[in-house]
Amino acid sequence: MRGLELNSVTIHAGEAPLFAPLTLTVPPSTVTTIVGPSGIGKSTLMDFIGGHLARGFHATGTVILDGQDVTRLPAEARRIGILFQDAALFPHLSVGDNLAFGLASHVRGRAMRRASIETALDKAGLAGFADRDPATLSGGQRARAALMRTLLAEPCALLLDEPFSKLDPDLRADLRRFVFDHIRDRDIPVLMVTHDEADAAAADGPVIPLGG
Amino acid sequence: MTAPEGRKLRLIVLALVAGGLVLPILAGLWETTRAAFGILPAIGAVEWSLDSWRRLFALPGFGTSLTLTLWTGFASTALALALAVGFAAVMYDRFGLKGGARLLTPFLATPHAALAIGLAFLIAPSGWIARMISPWATGWDLPPDVATVNDPLGLALIFGLLVKEVPFFLLVILAALSQLPVRRHLSAGRALGYGRGVVWIKVILPQLYPLIRLPVYVVLSFALSVVDMAIILGRSNPPVLSVAVTRWFLAADTTLILPASAAALLQSGVVIAGIAAWFGAERLCARLGRIWIRRGGRGVSAEPGLMAAGGAVLILMALGALALVSLLIWSLAWRWSFPNALPESWSLKAWMQPAGGWGMALNNTIVIGGATTLLSVALAVAWLEGEDRARLPRAGWAEALIYLPLLVPQIAFLYGLNVTFLRAGLSGGMVTVIWAQALFVFPYVMIALSDPWRALDPRLVRAAAALGAGPVRRLVAVKLPILLRPLMTAAAIGFAVSVAQYLPTLFMGSGRIATLTTEAVTLSSGSDRRVTGVYAVLQAVLPFAAYLAALALPGFLHRHRAGLQGDAG
Repeated sequence: MRGLELNSVTIHAGEAPLFAPLTLTVPPSTVTTIVGPSGIGKSTLMDFIGGHLARGFHATGTVILDGQDVTRLPAEARRIGILFQDAALFPHLSVGDNLAFGLASHVRGRAMRRASIETALDKAGLAGFADRDPATLSGGQRARAALMRTLLAEPCALLLDEPFSKLDPDLRADLRRFVFDHIRDRDIPVLMVTHDEADAAAADGPVIPLGG
Repeated sequence: MTAPEGRKLRLIVLALVAGGLVLPILAGLWETTRAAFGILPAIGAVEWSLDSWRRLFALPGFGTSLTLTLWTGFASTALALALAVGFAAVMYDRFGLKGGARLLTPFLATPHAALAIGLAFLIAPSGWIARMISPWATGWDLPPDVATVNDPLGLALIFGLLVKEVPFFLLVILAALSQLPVRRHLSAGRALGYGRGVVWIKVILPQLYPLIRLPVYVVLSFALSVVDMAIILGRSNPPVLSVAVTRWFLAADTTLILPASAAALLQSGVVIAGIAAWFGAERLCARLGRIWIRRGGRGVSAEPGLMAAGGAVLILMALGALALVSLLIWSLAWRWSFPNALPESWSLKAWMQPAGGWGMALNNTIVIGGATTLLSVALAVAWLEGEDRARLPRAGWAEALIYLPLLVPQIAFLYGLNVTFLRAGLSGGMVTVIWAQALFVFPYVMIALSDPWRALDPRLVRAAAALGAGPVRRLVAVKLPILLRPLMTAAAIGFAVSVAQYLPTLFMGSGRIATLTTEAVTLSSGSDRRVTGVYAVLQAVLPFAAYLAALALPGFLHRHRAGLQGDAG
């Protein structure tokens, strides 16, 4: 069965659980949105699903991706991509090399890899940006480059951790459209956390409130 | 009011640094250069010539010494860096970093000579390790005839340098990592399918390295020109270049001073060329690394290389700790024949005769260490306060100035500096030793104090000014008390550096000033291990005492101030 499933997931920081046990299924090609106030543990939940939970947190429950239990797998083996709110482009690599870092390693040969990257940059409206320093990009450009880097790794699921919250309001609508357009034709489950109602509306999928 | 006063302070600091630190180094290099080209009036050499170089190249063992220097310097630095990076990668996120930094303190505090003597006691054919595994495991009833210390390949020296430099690199790396978004980039890399270890090498290391480049050069320069540790652990004949140069300078035949000066100059050439070569290798690695990154290989999750590095570091630390313990045991031993694992009888005899030598050396060490530390801390405070008042960030040349004494090999200018001092009528004595040691103590004090000083909440100083406190009162009544902990830590580091100094004391004291370090190094070559142990233990204990005082005093003075109990230092 394809898709991303969470089965009674709870996360504790010390004694108290951050939220009530959470069970949900995200089918392929849909964007499910989790909304809730800041500090409720949305990003921590994302960390748990992706395998990045910091020390000091204790989690129970399972994460199933395409029928396989990935809860005990290391992050790099889960094939779950993440888009962070601040893009997290690597500052020591050019924009093109950031994408090359993401590009799946089964794409072989310098020319093939270069072509894949150029295509991705082109899709992101960043044609000719391959040799640019990521620090010279605007916030919107950075977010688009980060999405391309994530998609080039061919993830089986995608997590969006408040990906638009650091952008200006007018830019935000543009970028939302860009992100959702690109992930819809990927046929993968997408889970987004946000505290912005408009994000949830744009995602056009189920909305699940995360409460205490 | 404040602007001209700030300028006056900065001018005074600039004059002190230029006249007290930079000028001696330049003068020393100048005198060395003159002697290298035939001019040393004190021994009647007054004509420019290339004879010193010809004699140098013809000296027995010169070529071997040079090769040995390059090998031990580069191998130890590269290996120490690799091990420290691997260890940091394995330990990051698994151990508390603060606790880790504390564990390093004993290794950072211990002077090179004491650690080297301890390691020699440990790994020598008749050393503690051989005693512990003999005869039951090895069948040895007598020490085996293998060169585990002073070996021709310099492996013991490389080992000793590793025990000392890996903790230093770790400290520098931990500080640099706190400035990087390590966790976020680890997550981002792993979400793209990369193993932890591969993310460390492809993502974190390229960002980390520029932050630790200067300390790497300092270590490389040190490893290429170390003297005390090379005397104790290195090959004895021919030794590494720096030890050979020291011997030639101090030889009974004074005409050897000319080729020695040429070699001292060559020594700085070796360091400059070494740093240049390292810089080139950095470029090459970056270029190759870029190609490797572009290929997008994900590696494995198991991080075997990093695990091996982590394990090797733990073994190094354990051996270092054993080395320190073996110093203490030898100083308390009376009869300890091979292959017993512990002495048959114990005695305090070696400790009972302070008048016989160690009392005087201890006294000198404390006086010199105290004086250099006071001078260095005072100058560092004046410098930082000058920056504050001018509201200027530190210029690149000023930062380079601080590192200068650490990058230029000591041997290259100390003999020349001695010549300069003699000509100025300052003959070998406490004053010149203190001055020469301060050249190397000041940079460390400055480096240790700069970050905490700048991290001081500026609102506190502004609040004091708004209440009418002038610049002096702001410094004395607000900044210094709040910064007491980092000040004490910087002072302890300075004291430890002073205790460890060998060459400045040897050359500037004209052989008349004995410190624990000079005595320990002299005794290390084949004397009674019990007496050597006493000197080395004292040498190792002094910096510890300074660190303890640095922890205890602010803790006591600020015991009712919860806001100052943090880890500012």
